[in-house]
Amino acid sequence: MNKKTLFALTTALGGLALPTLADDITIMSWGGSYSAAETEAYYKPFTAETGIGIVSVDADNPATPVKAQVDAGNVTTDVALFLLSDAVRLCDEGQLMPIDASMLPDGIDGTPAMDDFLEGTLSECMVPNDIYATAVAFDASKFAEGAAPSSIADFFDTEKFPGKRGVLKSPKVVLEMALMADGVPAAEVYDVLDTDEGVDRAFAKLDTIKNDAIYWEAGAQPPQLLADGEVVMTMSYNGRIFNAAVNEGKPFEVLWDGQVFEWEGYVIPEGAPNTEAAMEYIKFATSSAPSARFSERISYGTPRKSAAPLVGNVNGTDIPMAPNLPTYPANMTNALASSADFWVDRETELGERFNAWLLSN
Amino acid sequence: MSDVASQLTTADGRPLKAALATAQARAKRRAFFLVLPLLAFIVITFAVPIGQMLQRSVYNDGFSQTVPALTQWFEANPKGTVPDEAAYAALASDLNLMKETRMAGDAGTRINYVVSGMRSLFTKSARKAADLEPPYMAALLDIDEDWQDPRVWNAMRTASSPWTLDFYTIAFDRERDADGKLVKVDENQRIYFKLYIKTFVVAAVITAICLLLAFPVAHLLATLPMAKANLLMILVLLPFWTSLLVRTTSWIVLLQGQGVINSILVALGIIGDDGRIQMIYNQTGTIIAMVHILLPFMVLPLYSVMRVIPPSYTRAARSLGATSWTTFRRIYLPQTIPGIGAGVLLVFILAVGYYITPALVGGADGQLFSNMVQFHMTKANWSMAAALATMLLVGVLVLYWLYDRLIGIDKLKLG
Repeated sequence: MNKKTLFALTTALGGLALPTLADDITIMSWGGSYSAAETEAYYKPFTAETGIGIVSVDADNPATPVKAQVDAGNVTTDVALFLLSDAVRLCDEGQLMPIDASMLPDGIDGTPAMDDFLEGTLSECMVPNDIYATAVAFDASKFAEGAAPSSIADFFDTEKFPGKRGVLKSPKVVLEMALMADGVPAAEVYDVLDTDEGVDRAFAKLDTIKNDAIYWEAGAQPPQLLADGEVVMTMSYNGRIFNAAVNEGKPFEVLWDGQVFEWEGYVIPEGAPNTEAAMEYIKFATSSAPSARFSERISYGTPRKSAAPLVGNVNGTDIPMAPNLPTYPANMTNALASSADFWVDRETELGERFNAWLLSN
Repeated sequence: MSDVASQLTTADGRPLKAALATAQARAKRRAFFLVLPLLAFIVITFAVPIGQMLQRSVYNDGFSQTVPALTQWFEANPKGTVPDEAAYAALASDLNLMKETRMAGDAGTRINYVVSGMRSLFTKSARKAADLEPPYMAALLDIDEDWQDPRVWNAMRTASSPWTLDFYTIAFDRERDADGKLVKVDENQRIYFKLYIKTFVVAAVITAICLLLAFPVAHLLATLPMAKANLLMILVLLPFWTSLLVRTTSWIVLLQGQGVINSILVALGIIGDDGRIQMIYNQTGTIIAMVHILLPFMVLPLYSVMRVIPPSYTRAARSLGATSWTTFRRIYLPQTIPGIGAGVLLVFILAVGYYITPALVGGADGQLFSNMVQFHMTKANWSMAAALATMLLVGVLVLYWLYDRLIGIDKLKLG
């Protein structure tokens, strides 16, 4: 073996050995622009401050591999980013560590953590990181001045706005939007949806756009459908539309009326190898200043009230970020907080009904 | 003859037969050690996971592991007993255990698969379990009226054993009513069985189209001079070497409403701008994209079989007066059967289990059975996913058995 190959081999082995160093923590998250924002807002400053290295791992939905790891008793993830519904479910199943929210640092303005987080966002095992929304988006250049859709009801109005619509292929969010379009106030949506008549009513509303719908599953699809002119409007995650509008200069706009917002956050799997450092990381990342820095890099709202005023311009530009966030007051006039409690109970049943509805003609 | 053989001995006086047997056994052992790594690999990466999957479809201990008291009550009281105070006391004690071990979610999830909306019944009740006081029946009904629902009690009785057929019941679009009888689920909830049949039909259509398209191509490849055949072969293999996702998205670009084909048709005036044809995000799109992706799996086995068919047979048939159709039907086609069989089986099995292409271009009605497997995997309902996957596996095995009976597996030729 010559020196060169020996060198190559040792560096390769060194690379392999790195994640097992005791001081490092492994964080599993969404990847893509989400993890890019985490890297700049959290990982780099955290490592600089504490000396704890971070190994970033991407997953389609971290809940799936984390459940598999905990089930197998071989947990390699210290911190994972979960959707609320997954966090509630796995927390109830004892697969996540409970996190005492009173241990979290106060807001930058001195508000205690318990009051600083938006009401209802703290839960037993998860500290919220950001608030994102599913809302209707459209290509503004396709509509005459003042003739653009202006309410969630317009999404279901095929006479006023003929053409295809992009619809999320999931009962969650879609059923809620159908009810809001049918005139149910946001505050009553889940009461209505909890009854059989309410579910029938939501599906009846969906029937009106069934023949004009193009269904999507991956978040990258809606901006593509809009850009190709395949749909006149589409449900979309707000961050994807923001990305296309600001970074790629597309004339896309978000219709905030009838938005359904959810939050996601950090959890620690039961049996994580380095829980102490994991907790340190969560305390750091969800404190006011880093949280605001995160919101400047990706258009998801910060769950900390004290961090909201700190959110400045979109990173590297002079466009203010705040109006692009689901949590901006003007965007919240008719908004619905997605109910994790409702969906853990009804997801299987309504999922089957939704799939059966898709297949029936 | 055998007498003579048994009398023969080796130089050291041992009977020849015994010496030969030892020598052969040693060689067999050596050969076995050579295949051992592969055998271990197959057992670890194939047999064990599939076995576990099969087991998961009939085994779910989410509920049974936290209900020792209820299990006792169920054992002591036969099916159909109306739950009494003792039953509710057992339930209260198990809810307490769930609270301590934080297993209420697990238990509730297991019951929720059978009776929808019952997960929160468990999590809610377990949270309040410490404050429960006798009489337990009244106390629990006070938390939620659903505790007297006979469907919940039936579901708990079944789930108190980890071995269950519940997931297959669901997979056949059935459920148990209040009396425990199997009934069909509501029309608007029926999905799995219909989709199961549809998946096999779509896979059969895709296989048939692949065969029709691949047969002439393979024949051309097999009869052209080597240099030209190789060039064409590369054209067949090129898509094979391209990423699946790239190929699927290229179809989107070609077929969508504002896509290449529609735009050309509009430019040529064949269709109007408002009459663009919907060729993707439906079953048509699924079939087109999947035929394209699976075509090489049909061409290659056909080609390898056709290449070695001696042309002299067909020439002989023609010279003896057969028409070209008769020659094809009676001489050429029968010789290609091993290739057709291999190609059909390969394409069909791959098509039945396909999921990514239908997910991307399938739209509402282009989904296949595997999309439901994936749906339940992402919802962490592994037992249901396993039951559905087992159904697919059984379907494929039945077809394989049929193939063996009708054509014979020994006639299969993959290359």
